[in-house]
Amino acid sequence: MKTATRRPKETTRIEAAKTWRLRLYVADQTPKSLTAFANLQRICAQYLDERYEIEVIDLLKRPQLAEGDQIVAIPTLVRRLPVPMRKIIGDLSNIKRVLIALDLQPHDAGGHHGD
Amino acid sequence: MTKKTTNNHPRALPKAPTGIQGLDEITDGGLPRGRPTLVCGSAGCGKTLLAMEFLVRGAVEFGEPGVFMTFEETAPELTANAASLGFDVDRLVKQKKLVIDFVHVEPSEIEEAGEYDLEGLFIRLNHAIDSIGAKRVVLDTVESLFAGLPNERILRAELRRLFRWLKEKGVTAIITGERGDDTLTRQGLEEYVSDCVLLLDHRVVSQVSTRRLRVVKYRGSTHGTNEFPFLIDRQGFCVMPVTSLALDHDVSKERISTGVATLDTMLGGKGLYRGSSVLLTGTAGTGKTSMAACFVRAACARGERSLYFALEESPRQIVRNLRSIGVNLDRLVDEGLLQFHASRPGLCGLETHLATMHRAVNQFRPQVVVVDPITAFTALGQGFEIRDMLMRLVDFLKVKRITSFFTSLTRGGNALEATETPISSLIDTWLLLRDIELDGERNRALHVFKSRGMAHSNQVREFVLTTRGVEFQDVFVGPGGVLTGSARLAQEAQEKADRLSREQATQAMKRNLDRKRQALDAQIAVLEADFAAARTDIARQIAESDMRATALRSDRDEMKRSRQGEGTRNRRTRKQAFEG
Repeated sequence: MKTATRRPKETTRIEAAKTWRLRLYVADQTPKSLTAFANLQRICAQYLDERYEIEVIDLLKRPQLAEGDQIVAIPTLVRRLPVPMRKIIGDLSNIKRVLIALDLQPHDAGGHHGD
Repeated sequence: MTKKTTNNHPRALPKAPTGIQGLDEITDGGLPRGRPTLVCGSAGCGKTLLAMEFLVRGAVEFGEPGVFMTFEETAPELTANAASLGFDVDRLVKQKKLVIDFVHVEPSEIEEAGEYDLEGLFIRLNHAIDSIGAKRVVLDTVESLFAGLPNERILRAELRRLFRWLKEKGVTAIITGERGDDTLTRQGLEEYVSDCVLLLDHRVVSQVSTRRLRVVKYRGSTHGTNEFPFLIDRQGFCVMPVTSLALDHDVSKERISTGVATLDTMLGGKGLYRGSSVLLTGTAGTGKTSMAACFVRAACARGERSLYFALEESPRQIVRNLRSIGVNLDRLVDEGLLQFHASRPGLCGLETHLATMHRAVNQFRPQVVVVDPITAFTALGQGFEIRDMLMRLVDFLKVKRITSFFTSLTRGGNALEATETPISSLIDTWLLLRDIELDGERNRALHVFKSRGMAHSNQVREFVLTTRGVEFQDVFVGPGGVLTGSARLAQEAQEKADRLSREQATQAMKRNLDRKRQALDAQIAVLEADFAAARTDIARQIAESDMRATALRSDRDEMKRSRQGEGTRNRRTRKQAFEG
């Protein structure tokens, strides 16, 4: 239960009760895209429990969607909810950076420490 | 010849015409088709506008839709800026001839976590190109990505890939880049885009700003390597190429009238050659503008269009002033045969003036151009710069077979010809107007200083500006030289008086002769009369003498008869005879 570890500045995370909406932009099944997806799933499973939704958008199939979120790099992870929106580019292999970017505290359970 | 994977023979490099006035001439056809061109320059020198005009004209004039991928300005901002050039971008977007894609990379929003590439950019660009079948692409300015994306290694690799991809896609692309201190672009884009590089420059010299363009590099094509001035105004870009430095333009043999009959006579009897350049120099108030107006009037009377660049007086003032000598320019303006362009020279630089004139001439297509006066440019540059600009102007007009008429103000005195030397070699016909001062008055005179290709009068002819226009007086040479004005009138009167008195003297002499003759005749008559009288007298005397002689003889005979007598018989008879 992450809500116990609330930090004062993370006021937005009071709504941690809300579901996280994440969008992963990929371009077909390239190695980077697959890696990103795998990493994302792992991170979400580890840190978000059940309260998340991942939407994978294949820009090769739907290129017009790149404009909305201003996607330039592939893969890009966009956290739509909770606000503020965050964009993370890369295959998400640097977990620490991902967590910092998503304002997720590194979980003690994994023995990771926040940076 | 480079060993590129071009499908065209390397000799004839296919080009995409830009439609930008002058740029296609400098680049000998346009930008390299299917390749990226780098346009670099400092901020505010017009890169975005150049790129936009390239796309708009491509879509409108050449049927090539375009994609404008912008990294700095938003689509509405671009549209508004383009509107200042007279481009309706919104309409083109609706007609699917143009796509504007604003790619915004906000550094604070992005976090990097792992390996990535810029495939998203590719996808977007590809999507935009395919959605309208674009043949032209602009990326303005890719360098913004360097600020937004943290990993330069990836970025540079992807840019290299992007430009390769653009070539494969076969689109003609313009990439803009901001000028670096030592390098052409701040981020060194010239490393990736090196088929064709244009450099824009915006200089301010002596408070006057000038824009210049230079083709730094154009692989596989000839190009002008100089700096070419250009201007940006409501009709877009206008670059001024020097089209005929080769001096191989056509010449005409046709002669046209100057508008003043006597002047035509002074110019070999037929007037000026069409397409020649005429310089009219004179001190203040000698009638230069009036002459120019006569020239214009004559041209319009032939149905030709005239373009009048007024650099010191406002057109309305010129029109008003010329009405006083009977030249009605208003009517010509109304009929669309005459167009005035007025501007104070100090408003912009020499090159901008030249570019403006280029544009005006290309739009109005006149057969006659007047620049009044060219000395208004002296404040804008050094002598050689002005000469350079005028040389380009004269060249430009000659190529178009436009007869040009330049007026120039001189300060008078002996330097009358000297001040014009820098440009006189560009001029075919040089007319000098001068004031002749004599006996307290100044009168106007004109003198054909030179006129190439024809015999011309070498006389200094006096003329006056009357309500009927420019009227030349006959040449009057008196004992003191050429006389003008009231001195001439006085001299004319004097000579008339002299002639009169000579005539009178002749008459008097004739009369004298007559009188003498009459006197002689009278004398002869008297002598003849005397002679006649004497002859009569003598004849009478001769007659008397004869009579006496006859009487004497008859008396003698009588006496003889009576003395011989016959005695008594005849006494009676004798007596009878005697008494008888």
